[in-house]
Amino acid sequence: MDSKERELLQLIEKNGRLETATIARLMGISVDETKQILEKLEKEKVILGYSAIIDWTKGTEEGAVTAMIDVKVTPKRGVGFDKVAERIYRFPEVKAVYLMSGVYDLSVSIEGKTMAEVGRFVSEKLSTIDSVISTTTHFILKKYKHDGLVFSDNDEDKRIVVSP
Amino acid sequence: MITEPTSKYLANTVQSIQPSGIRRFFDLASSMENVISLGVGEPDFVTPWNVIEASYHSLEQGYTAYTANAGLLELRKEISRYMKRRFGVTYSAEEEMVVTVGASQAIDLALRAVVNPGEEVIVVEPSFVSYAPTVTLAGGVPVPVNTYSQDDFKLQPEQIEAVITEKTKVIMLCSPNNPTGTVLSKGDLERIAEVVEKHDLLVISDEIYAELTYDEPYTSFSAVRNMRDRTILISGFSKAFAMTGWRLGFACGPKAILQAMLKIHQYTMMCAPTMAQHAALEALVNGQKDVVKMKESYRQRRSLVIHALEEMGLSCHVPGGAFYVFPSIEKTGLSSEELAEQLLMKEQVAVVPGSVFGESGEGHVRCSYATSVQKLEEAMRRIDRFIKTL
Repeated sequence: MDSKERELLQLIEKNGRLETATIARLMGISVDETKQILEKLEKEKVILGYSAIIDWTKGTEEGAVTAMIDVKVTPKRGVGFDKVAERIYRFPEVKAVYLMSGVYDLSVSIEGKTMAEVGRFVSEKLSTIDSVISTTTHFILKKYKHDGLVFSDNDEDKRIVVSP
Repeated sequence: MITEPTSKYLANTVQSIQPSGIRRFFDLASSMENVISLGVGEPDFVTPWNVIEASYHSLEQGYTAYTANAGLLELRKEISRYMKRRFGVTYSAEEEMVVTVGASQAIDLALRAVVNPGEEVIVVEPSFVSYAPTVTLAGGVPVPVNTYSQDDFKLQPEQIEAVITEKTKVIMLCSPNNPTGTVLSKGDLERIAEVVEKHDLLVISDEIYAELTYDEPYTSFSAVRNMRDRTILISGFSKAFAMTGWRLGFACGPKAILQAMLKIHQYTMMCAPTMAQHAALEALVNGQKDVVKMKESYRQRRSLVIHALEEMGLSCHVPGGAFYVFPSIEKTGLSSEELAEQLLMKEQVAVVPGSVFGESGEGHVRCSYATSVQKLEEAMRRIDRFIKTL
């Protein structure tokens, strides 16, 4: 990856909605070149998608419950943990799956409407998978920071308007 | 001018100084809503968390007492290592350094340490608003030398020669410059150094923006051949480490001068705030990665703003450092103050009229790009709309 690609990725990682023209100006390159780099990175699946970070607790009646589940599994011969991970991440309720070092193997993030819904998923879908030995479910009580963004309103400019 | 009866008690020197032109503008902009300010002379970043946390920790540990007059020795040693590492200049932490309340205090100490009543100090304009008044307060006579956009606001050595008298003692340099963003290259500095040496002058080099250069590596005036013993190097933590409110700066220079500055500091300030010194120590030890990140962000926004100004047809030299652009507003037919005021009233964008930085700042405005990309783009749209109505 060259330095322009890296710079562009760092810019859109912070703000995926930056317009191509703005990115071009920030980087001091042409709009065409910016488009080319973006397309290349999308094609190579370096950029996998663009999403918004949303505080669902605000302005909506729909609550969301997120749980992080520590999963211990027996790895399958030949494919290791990958096959089990795939069986788990194919469920749409699953937001994230990571292979971990330490006392358990997979960390699985689940999102549901209610605790009961998440509970059902764990008992009916997750723990019934062959290779799964045990699960430990942790419900998230409050989000303070997610993907580098702080969930608070205290970000106004605290500087005086004009200074030497 | 104050006309209350008690004004008769005021010292003549103080009476002779005008309040900064920036003040009136601040009052005006503060009274309005929905203002996008490009008038702020400080980073838009909050101090990196590890630095804030180090200060908390020092307070928890009970470090609430005075430090040595010159500042914590540990901090001075770290400053000494930092100056060597970043700028290749060597100063003894024990004898050639003082930690001050912002670079501003360091400038005041430097001037008071070397200027006798009536001696002349060359101030390169457009300049930071404090230089000339600080010279006056120190009993000196500020002698402005104008720089111009056709020279990219670079000081020409022959301009110094033209104003030198037998009373000239000091030249105040600031590179990267506030408000123009101009950076003096090694070659520029060497040419100035020749004049300095020839006329046996001293240089107060304000290098507070030294970390923020975008196009070429920075040269400290003190690193120029034979200049170390003619330089009082002023710097601090405000700009590079986003620590303006902590008020922490420092000065380095030859022993005799630094000891004289320390004497004034000892009697008038005791020491810089202890908790800020602990924060600064952390900034030097673990803060360079944040400096790099912030600098990258300024460089990108510089590119954004220069592009936008070009498209509006406002000519602007590309500033090599700091976080200001200083475009010419000549084509608008307005004075810098008129433009700044009308722009504020009509489009709620605050810029600083160039005239507050000295006579040669007229015809320009200072725009700081230390503001979010979204706000910068909106400000540029508003300025463009404003210019089209003229």
